[in-house]
Amino acid sequence: MIEATGIKEIIKPENLAYRKTDIMTDNILSYCPGCGHGTAHRILAEVIDEEELQSQTIGVSPVGCSVMMYNYLDVDIQQAAHGRAPAVATAIKRLMPEKFVFTYQGDGDLAAIGTAETIHACNRGENILIIFINNGIYGMTGGQMAPTTLPGMKSSTSPFGRDVKTMGNPLKMTDIVATLPGTYYVTRQSVHTPANVRKTKKAIRKAVQYQKLDKGTCFIEIVANCPSGWKMTPVQSNKWMEETMFPFYPLGDLKTPEE
Amino acid sequence: MAKIKGSIVVNMENCKGCEICMVSCPTGTISMAKEVNGKGYYYAYPANPDLCIGCASCAMVCPDGVITVYKTKI
Repeated sequence: MIEATGIKEIIKPENLAYRKTDIMTDNILSYCPGCGHGTAHRILAEVIDEEELQSQTIGVSPVGCSVMMYNYLDVDIQQAAHGRAPAVATAIKRLMPEKFVFTYQGDGDLAAIGTAETIHACNRGENILIIFINNGIYGMTGGQMAPTTLPGMKSSTSPFGRDVKTMGNPLKMTDIVATLPGTYYVTRQSVHTPANVRKTKKAIRKAVQYQKLDKGTCFIEIVANCPSGWKMTPVQSNKWMEETMFPFYPLGDLKTPEE
Repeated sequence: MAKIKGSIVVNMENCKGCEICMVSCPTGTISMAKEVNGKGYYYAYPANPDLCIGCASCAMVCPDGVITVYKTKI
């Protein structure tokens, strides 16, 4: 298949331009084809690798699809009860203040059952990095409606679309924590195109560097797709996300440190 | 002017055939194979390897990190 002229000569170690970092293990990811979790894991691992923090990092994994994160990232990981990752991360950071502590949570974990923990951890200004993957539904359990589900969006528990009169309004967690004095850097990104992946990686690197300053909580929301939960192909789901999710969850920095 | 040539290697057994690399490729190098891998997915492969410029866009968006990119000047 790859028999074209000169191609074999290019594939040499000295010509390497990009490869998966070693902090990502060789285990096959359990995520569905096209899921944004894999990309988010990889860029987080790349930043940890580039900042040489592998031995200094403690992650807290949530309940949700990414509960198995310890299988894929070669750093120390603690699994927390549903929604309690910021509370566990607070304890870890206070006991070991020299470590870099991050939590990695989905929207069912962070914005539903863990709302109180998240808001209070951000309000106290704990020196942790919270990565919030927002795909608008409970992906692991079969696509039920989450607090972040858009108005009119179909899910398995709102088959006619979310009716805000009976089911309430969607919760913009990132906008809420941006108003709290404890947060230092709050941003919303996505990982569906190469440009957005690079931007998100830059945001994660900034947040990791801010963590060294001990100035407060860094909060990164990543708007992600859920092809299985949305009943779409991965490419369709990315397009739908651009057309429907981004107007409601606009990308960009919500709170940046004052220089 | 030196010409930049790239090449990608896809770990075909780990590819899940989501096609995101195919739509992200600016030169149309990648296509989906007509046959399936061990898990039953139509894996991605460099169908037009001469077009590759080694930009690593495919590797950046690949959720499973199965693409390795090589790049050189000729």
